[in-house]
Amino acid sequence: MKKLNGVAASRGICIGPAFQFLRIELNTEKKEINDPQVEIERLKAALITAKDQIDIIYKKALTEASEADAEIFQAHKMILDDPELISTIENRIQCEKINCECAVSETANQFAATMAAMEDEYFAARATDIMDVANRVIRVLMNVADSPTAGLKEPSIILADDLTPSDTVLLDKSKVLGFCIAQGSSTSHTAILARGLGLPAVAGVGADVMNVLSNTSVVVDGTNGVVIIEPDETTEKQYRQRMETSKNIQTEALKYAQEKANTRDGMEVEVAANIGNVEDAKFAVENGAEGVGLLRTEFLYLERNALPTEEEQYQAYKAIMGVFGMHPVVLRTLDVGGDKEIPYLHLEKEMNPFLGERALRLCLNRPDIFKPQLRAALRAGVGHNLKIMFPMVATLTCVRAAMLVVNECKAELSKENIPFADDAEIGIMVEIPSAAVIADQLAKEVDFFSIGTNDLSQYAMAADRTNPKVAELSNAFQPAVLRLIKMVIDAAHAEHKWVGMCGELAGEPLATPILIGLGLDEFSMSPPFVPLVKQIIRNLNAEEMISLAKGALQLETPKDVQNFVKKEVPFITEVIS
Amino acid sequence: MKEAKAIVNNKVGLHARPAALFVQTASKFQSEINVSCHDPKENKLRTANAKSILGILTLGVFQGIEITIKAEGADECEAAEALVDLVKNNFGEEA
Repeated sequence: MKKLNGVAASRGICIGPAFQFLRIELNTEKKEINDPQVEIERLKAALITAKDQIDIIYKKALTEASEADAEIFQAHKMILDDPELISTIENRIQCEKINCECAVSETANQFAATMAAMEDEYFAARATDIMDVANRVIRVLMNVADSPTAGLKEPSIILADDLTPSDTVLLDKSKVLGFCIAQGSSTSHTAILARGLGLPAVAGVGADVMNVLSNTSVVVDGTNGVVIIEPDETTEKQYRQRMETSKNIQTEALKYAQEKANTRDGMEVEVAANIGNVEDAKFAVENGAEGVGLLRTEFLYLERNALPTEEEQYQAYKAIMGVFGMHPVVLRTLDVGGDKEIPYLHLEKEMNPFLGERALRLCLNRPDIFKPQLRAALRAGVGHNLKIMFPMVATLTCVRAAMLVVNECKAELSKENIPFADDAEIGIMVEIPSAAVIADQLAKEVDFFSIGTNDLSQYAMAADRTNPKVAELSNAFQPAVLRLIKMVIDAAHAEHKWVGMCGELAGEPLATPILIGLGLDEFSMSPPFVPLVKQIIRNLNAEEMISLAKGALQLETPKDVQNFVKKEVPFITEVIS
Repeated sequence: MKEAKAIVNNKVGLHARPAALFVQTASKFQSEINVSCHDPKENKLRTANAKSILGILTLGVFQGIEITIKAEGADECEAAEALVDLVKNNFGEEA
């Protein structure tokens, strides 16, 4: 038995076999060969296998994703059939007497470079396609698995260095029990994914986890940030009991999920969900979410080769709004840059992407991205309760600039006689400390705030949220962060505006009493957390929480704050076992 | 050999779906088929294999450009005709 400590990234406990998520390095080293004919036969066989693989993926994409996504794989097949590409590869094998892997890789690189040089996003995307196809052929030639998840047959705990958004698309979620990640922290991609699925995760465990063999028995305790490799019988039994208890609590909370979450003394609180697509939306409603506090729109932009059109976005937003009827849906405009990369946008590499041209800053410089999104959102809001929210606001100037673009879009739409939601509220994320400091000024300009605690903590504490070594500092329970939250709520209420929170702190049971005490109007969190947080709110007295919040703001460390809440509101300790 | 000319009038030119349709149509014929167009930037004629998607894409044919289709083989007339029809019908899209 071995115990590893990491960061609690997503609550819950799971026990099961480990599955190592390994990316395979492709070896395309140049080798001299004796018989080019043999090599060309190898190439032909590999091309056939690659085509069969793409056919299978294409059919899967047709049923699981959209037709537009599936078309990418049709394009891949055409590339494999390209007589110019194939004859160039064959010629190189024939004339230079080199191995297939090298000929495929170098020829593909050469074609991709021609494409990439054509100063057009469409061509740059084709360059990516060519490399994708070439890598598939090389994998077939090397006889290695099609994807890192190919061996995932039974529900397992995923062990990985870290997972990228495209890795998580490949994962068959029904075969995942939980995650154990060598790098990252509680706000990394894997953590957000895990919370969205309601699966336990521990991050920042360190490189040791990479030495654990697949099928080894593992316990992931995402509540306490502990991973146990090959647990002994007593330990496993204890964890199984805790799993049972928390399952019962969750089932109990789910029973009341659809009921309102008013405090004991009658304060009305809205509990909403953070979602990223229409499946999340349905899951959120099942869990009792009364709306959407954060609709992440990045899903429309990832895993594709070109910007989504206005029409495509309109359809996607409309589908999500439809699930919520007249309940509020807060749509956050595109938040890319930072750790979220989109290759076809060709953004320059930045030294400090978290402090660079990300989110609203990028959108204000790129009307070709910003306007279609705003127009699509405004159109989709007709007959629903749409609210538009800008991420990464630092100054009054950028809010005003963004408002101007909204008004431009509205003017265009009315001129074109296209119906749109003229009365949609416009708000901002408060996630940059400067916005918290000038919250009184910003509150006069916008209809609402939503506090993004993940970024607010990392910027306020100057602590990278993806670096486990400073996880204690970037913790949103830091009294300095809690004080910023109080400033923001007070400033908004002074202007009679409402304040929500869509950062992870909103779904944290130990934070609920403090946030109620500070007067937060809306809590938005991963859908699986909604029932429990609602249940906690129903058991609190808002009036009493005011003094609790006051006390918490006077403490020294995140641990102090959490222990203080546990002492003052003892019932919470039972529900977070 | 059969030669035919056509002006590409659809919005995106020989890009994306139209390019794919063009290559798929050309690939149905046995004849060798080339497409060429005048590159105004470098003031010269550029040619690509009509059955190569990568070749057609790198030709960079935008809306309003005239292309020359040359087919050689048993079905050269049918091939040239089918491709010209495709271009003239704007690849079944609105112009």
